Amino acid sequence: MSILVDNGTRVVIQGITGGEGTFHTQRMQEYGTRVVAGVTPAKGGMKHLGVPVFNTVAEAVRAEGADASAIFVPPSAAADAIMEAADAGVRVIVCITEGIPTLDMIKVKAFLRGRASSLIGPNTPGIISPGQCKIGIMPGPIHAPGTVGIISRSGTLTYEAVEQVTKQGFGQSTAVGIGGDPIVGLKYIELLKLFRDDPDTEAVIMIGEIGGTAEEEAADFIRREFPKPVVGFIAGQTAPPGRRMGHAGAIIAGGKGTAAEKMESLRAAGVHVALSPAEIGTTLRQALS
Amino acid sequence: MKIHEYQAKRILGTYGVRIPRGDIAETPEAARAVAEGIGSPVVLKAQVHAGGRGKGGGIRLADTPQEAERRAREMIGMTLVTHQTGAEGKTVRKLLVEEALAADRELYLGVVVDRASEAAVIMASTEGGVEIEKVAAERPELIFKEYVPPWNGLLGFQARKLAFRLGLRGETYKQGLKFIAGLYRAFEGADASLAEINPLVITRAGDVVALDAKINIDDNALFRHPDILAMRDLGEESPLEVEASKYNLNYVKLDGNVGCMVNGAGLAMATMDIIKYAGGRPANFLDVGGGVTEDAVANAFRILVSDKDVKAALINIFGGIVRCDLIANGVVKAAREMRTKIPVVVRLEGTNVDLGKKILAESGLAFQAADGMKEAAEKVVAAVN
Repeated sequence: MSILVDNGTRVVIQGITGGEGTFHTQRMQEYGTRVVAGVTPAKGGMKHLGVPVFNTVAEAVRAEGADASAIFVPPSAAADAIMEAADAGVRVIVCITEGIPTLDMIKVKAFLRGRASSLIGPNTPGIISPGQCKIGIMPGPIHAPGTVGIISRSGTLTYEAVEQVTKQGFGQSTAVGIGGDPIVGLKYIELLKLFRDDPDTEAVIMIGEIGGTAEEEAADFIRREFPKPVVGFIAGQTAPPGRRMGHAGAIIAGGKGTAAEKMESLRAAGVHVALSPAEIGTTLRQALS
Repeated sequence: MKIHEYQAKRILGTYGVRIPRGDIAETPEAARAVAEGIGSPVVLKAQVHAGGRGKGGGIRLADTPQEAERRAREMIGMTLVTHQTGAEGKTVRKLLVEEALAADRELYLGVVVDRASEAAVIMASTEGGVEIEKVAAERPELIFKEYVPPWNGLLGFQARKLAFRLGLRGETYKQGLKFIAGLYRAFEGADASLAEINPLVITRAGDVVALDAKINIDDNALFRHPDILAMRDLGEESPLEVEASKYNLNYVKLDGNVGCMVNGAGLAMATMDIIKYAGGRPANFLDVGGGVTEDAVANAFRILVSDKDVKAALINIFGGIVRCDLIANGVVKAAREMRTKIPVVVRLEGTNVDLGKKILAESGLAFQAADGMKEAAEKVVAAVN
């Protein structure tokens, strides 16, 4: 089983005719994702990579029954692309684009309130339910179907965790990158709720990083309402305050958002915290034994 | 992106926020000329990207234009050390020369993006002139907040609430409303992540003026603000960071001796962590990003090893979008050109990993291959010690 996406998910690619859109659509098709349509304004009517291209997301939803979208459009147009997908009723919107202005994302989040769409990202590697559906840019072969849910703010660090989980003989029910920006769609708590209600997810790995207080809020939720084992890792234990460490969201501001604070909150909530990024897989094994 | 106080004030001025009369001076003579133009006592403020300037001697008063010139002569070229500059301090190149204002009250007004509520929040406090974090910790009841509705912008009643809570009355109240509205519009118009007036002063004449100003700009929004991008002061950044930014590399200099080069910000932070865990100290954060080219990798490697503090380097790549063979080619190219002598440990994983390993092995260069992050960190730390 899985959360949010599975082998019935029908995906539309926004920005399918661009370089990145083309490259990653091919990878998704190879993985077995059901890519049913593409959208590029003013290129409607053509076929690209074997799927019909539409001018608007609404048309793609109407004609092909798309219920999820992957966004590969430049930062200046990405916020609008998210809102277009939500307006068209797309259930799961995955925004890969990195570099969307924060004030645009604040407007997007306000727009999404009261709508049924779930946004993943932006600045995310995407979401994958191994063996069923991959919407994003992560390397498919490192994943294996299984019972561990993964939630992460990072891209390549998620791959690291996935690989360790797979090498330990476990697989993933679903792995989700929530994105490295200050304002993102689904966060830890919403995803933890989905994993809690998924009977085939036995444990969750939660990978956080410095900046903000999302991990602390998640810890509070886990303590109160999450019965399954959780393994946590926080990147940035050695990061200095006041410096943006790559991700726009990864900055320790005003003494808040340090790795030490986050690790302590998680530990207090009963989370198995891995100190070293190389010990995520082994910590999971211990948590499950 | 950080900008200087004088640049922040110029932005604020265009949104109708009242700022002290003044101008920038890069020479003592210019400082004198600005002071003459003002025609009353002035304050000279060192323009560096750091707070706490007053305590380090970076803010000084002058009663006459002659004194302004003398003070400027002492200040320009000085190394200013504050709690935010680090021990090496910052060289003062520019002064902001402004009219000295007699303040009746010092208040605080700031706008910041609040992640938890996913909105911009405007904060006001009667406790200006001190660190707002300190007020928040000790007297949180003295901080007043209004969350700005994203699609509407700051609403009239919100500005009124804040102005009344700050105790503004009469003509000062009217000026305060204009000030608050202007500050929010400047925040939004400049795509700021922070716009802070501390202190905001009420002068003896009852005027509402931004005595100090700090604006940080959202890097992600700079593509639509070429005018603000032009305000970037490369002299305030570390030379290696400036060099890295030319190739869209995320590089932050740290104080250790193990250089690292990684793809992805989270993995880069985790790599720094595991170096420390293995007993070493990371010399930098360096994320080569997702859409990296062979040339950018070569430049990343060059920047990494040109840091004199770096005694060994760790390259940690988990190929997803980035192919390991591309990384390997870039590293080999740069290592050949630079005739690198320091030990380099390479850990490759993911897309085209075998090809990448083959390129490194056949290069004839002394790379140390490692399996997994743990082994890589232990090898590089052993190489330093």
